[in-house]
Amino acid sequence: MNLVWAWLADPAHWQGTGGIPARIAEHLLYSALVLVLAAAVAVPLGLWIGHTGRGRVVVVNVVNGMRSVPTLGLLYVSVLVLAPRLRGDWAFLTPAIIVLFLLAMPPILAGAYAGVAEVDPGVRDAARGMGMSGLEVLWGVEIPCALPLIFSGLRSATLQVIATATVAASVSVGGLGRFLIDGLAARDYGQMAGGALLIGLVALAVDGVFALVQRVAVSPGLRPARPLKTHEAIPAS
Amino acid sequence: MTWFLDHLALVGSLLLVHAWLAVVPLLLGLIIAIPLGWLAERNRVLRPILVVGTGLLYTIPSLALFILMPLVLGTGILDPLNVIIALTVYTVALLVRTVVDGLSAVPETVRQAAIAMGIGGARRFFTVELPLAVPVISSGLRVAAVSNVSIVSIAALLGIAQLGSLFTDGFARDFLDPIVVGIVACLVLSVVLDALIIGVTRVLTPWVAARSAA
Amino acid sequence: MITFDKVTKVYPDGTRAVDGLSLDLPTGKITVFVGPSGCGKTTSLRMINRMIEPTSGTIGIDGRPTSSLDPVTLRRGIGYVIQSGGLFAHRTVLENIATVPLLLGWGKAKAYGAARELIERMGLDASLTSKYPAQLSGGQQQRVGVARALAADPPVMLMDEPFSAVDPQVREQLQDEFLRLQAELGKTIVFVTHDIDEATKLGDQVAVLRVGGTLAQLAPPADLLADPVDDFVADFIGRDRGYRALAFVAAPALPIQPEATVELGATREQVAAVAAGAPWVLVVEDGAPVGWVAPERLGATVGRDDLHRGGTVARVGGSLRAALDAALSSPSRRGVLADDDGRLVGTVSATDVLTEIERDETGPPS
Repeated sequence: MNLVWAWLADPAHWQGTGGIPARIAEHLLYSALVLVLAAAVAVPLGLWIGHTGRGRVVVVNVVNGMRSVPTLGLLYVSVLVLAPRLRGDWAFLTPAIIVLFLLAMPPILAGAYAGVAEVDPGVRDAARGMGMSGLEVLWGVEIPCALPLIFSGLRSATLQVIATATVAASVSVGGLGRFLIDGLAARDYGQMAGGALLIGLVALAVDGVFALVQRVAVSPGLRPARPLKTHEAIPAS
Repeated sequence: MTWFLDHLALVGSLLLVHAWLAVVPLLLGLIIAIPLGWLAERNRVLRPILVVGTGLLYTIPSLALFILMPLVLGTGILDPLNVIIALTVYTVALLVRTVVDGLSAVPETVRQAAIAMGIGGARRFFTVELPLAVPVISSGLRVAAVSNVSIVSIAALLGIAQLGSLFTDGFARDFLDPIVVGIVACLVLSVVLDALIIGVTRVLTPWVAARSAA
Repeated sequence: MITFDKVTKVYPDGTRAVDGLSLDLPTGKITVFVGPSGCGKTTSLRMINRMIEPTSGTIGIDGRPTSSLDPVTLRRGIGYVIQSGGLFAHRTVLENIATVPLLLGWGKAKAYGAARELIERMGLDASLTSKYPAQLSGGQQQRVGVARALAADPPVMLMDEPFSAVDPQVREQLQDEFLRLQAELGKTIVFVTHDIDEATKLGDQVAVLRVGGTLAQLAPPADLLADPVDDFVADFIGRDRGYRALAFVAAPALPIQPEATVELGATREQVAAVAAGAPWVLVVEDGAPVGWVAPERLGATVGRDDLHRGGTVARVGGSLRAALDAALSSPSRRGVLADDDGRLVGTVSATDVLTEIERDETGPPS
């Protein structure tokens, strides 16, 4: 424990490009980039599938299938295949980002899909009966009602991405994972555990921010939100 | 394929260790989650504490948790016990909510009927409530099993041998074959565990098949 | 006999569910608790088997206060049926019914034997024995629920809206079966419903409760309909009380007139001959009345499609209500009367039934 505090308390570790604030910023930046990309694709796709009911089977199977693929293996395959074809700093970053993107998609897709698909058919019917068009129903009724589950999916994906971005340090990507991997190589347990502690805190903080945003964004009429059922949730790895 | 055939024994032994590291936490987690879920289900004060509290553990990335385990357990960084305990924590985190969901889904009328017949306390839990919650608990267990298999492989970064070692070895040698074999072996293990859980659940819940056939 | 003595239930949040309830529920009879929601009828029921503990007052069964008995032993000696059955989804029909006998240590052979007997007695097909509740219809589930409550042959049965969740036709069937069963078994039954018609149909006595859990009136159904104690009870009983009260008055010897009939399948000419100018002729099949037919609107023969089926058939010796209804619902205004086997006896006019009602010197029952 003392080793950990000593490492965290050393001012030298809080400065420069390899310092703690820089690593946190890197980690958050990668994660945010990936999540925005994944959400931009997966949310509309999930809404569309939930709204039309088309492609349901595909979603369920892709989501379940992705869950069983070991992330570390996927990351390494991606780097080994793609890195030789790329140059410079992006040689390792790009394959890592692609993997993170692939891992972030299924939970977001599942959340958006389930959110819309589970809107009470009576409510949808009433909206249509009041003369709302397909888009108006989606925008005015289905999306607001689906928000709790959309958020659940986003939060699952975020945790997944933060966790996998940590592992990505082992393929020379930056971020907080560096402390773990470099500490391991240098047999510096203080650095490893200090980095691990920071990652845990960052993950908790990010999830907390999401929880707050969700509280503001979701209509009080829909609280308490039903959390994603356990078989829909995708655990971090 | 040649690589796989040449290293059959290695892959086999890594697979066994991997399975052990994934399954033991699953069983431990189940045994711990049932009483916790029972407690959370009947106690309004404890419910959010247990469900949210265990949920928070879930947000901690696995590599970080593996590394933090020695601080708590006093083990060495290479000790597989770190992996087993960390995965048990994840399994409990996931299953407590599932057990609560499953028990809450038991219709109140059924509970009342049981009370009215003088079926009390532990007997009611074990003969009525828990059996009715099996399908939901089993769905949570399946998720936990599959995610455990994936998470175990990450411990290879710390040098704990199992199928994940094929990833790190392959990556270090710039060699795809072992990585692909490792991924396939992980998938096979997931599918087998999933099928096992489904099979046991079917045996335990004959009424579910009867219902869907009706 | 079950006795409520100044029983009060106040919930921790201050809600007064039952307030100073005192009444006797005689052995071997059906007592119905009826009232609007919030009248404490279910709470009162559940205090009998101590699913809810009274705040004050005592409930006694055959003179012994329930508070002196172990709740589990007490409950195993009291059958309990609830709205949706509360069946155990993970157990077969047989296992569900045998639950309490097994708990009482009867042994499997005896417990399952008793369960099989009840399955038959409840009019359930033996093939349902090994089915699970989800495979049954609503009516079947409710029968299994009743069978399960009866399994250990408890002297007392508590029934909380047991027939509310099924559709009206099945409900009526279940009610009739229930009354037939009770005629054989003679249990002490406490029955809760919000439906006054069900209450007056099933109850030997009906306890009307008002919101706040006080007793408004306790009376046999006929007295309740004829003489509600106050506006609340009168309102709750609803319209057509005088007419509905006739259901509890056995028809005396009505002046039954013979009725000329034709057989189903008779020709147009035969009908015209029988009708002799009358607008309606009664059609029978194997001696049983099947409907009325209008000769001038007839084809070559009397087919089933030609029948006017609006008229009800009253049983000779049945209630005045049934006889009057038969007359009022008949297109010829002559009410059809049949014997217990459903064979035509004759007809009676509404005027004759009314004359009987007016002649009834006792007046409306009170």
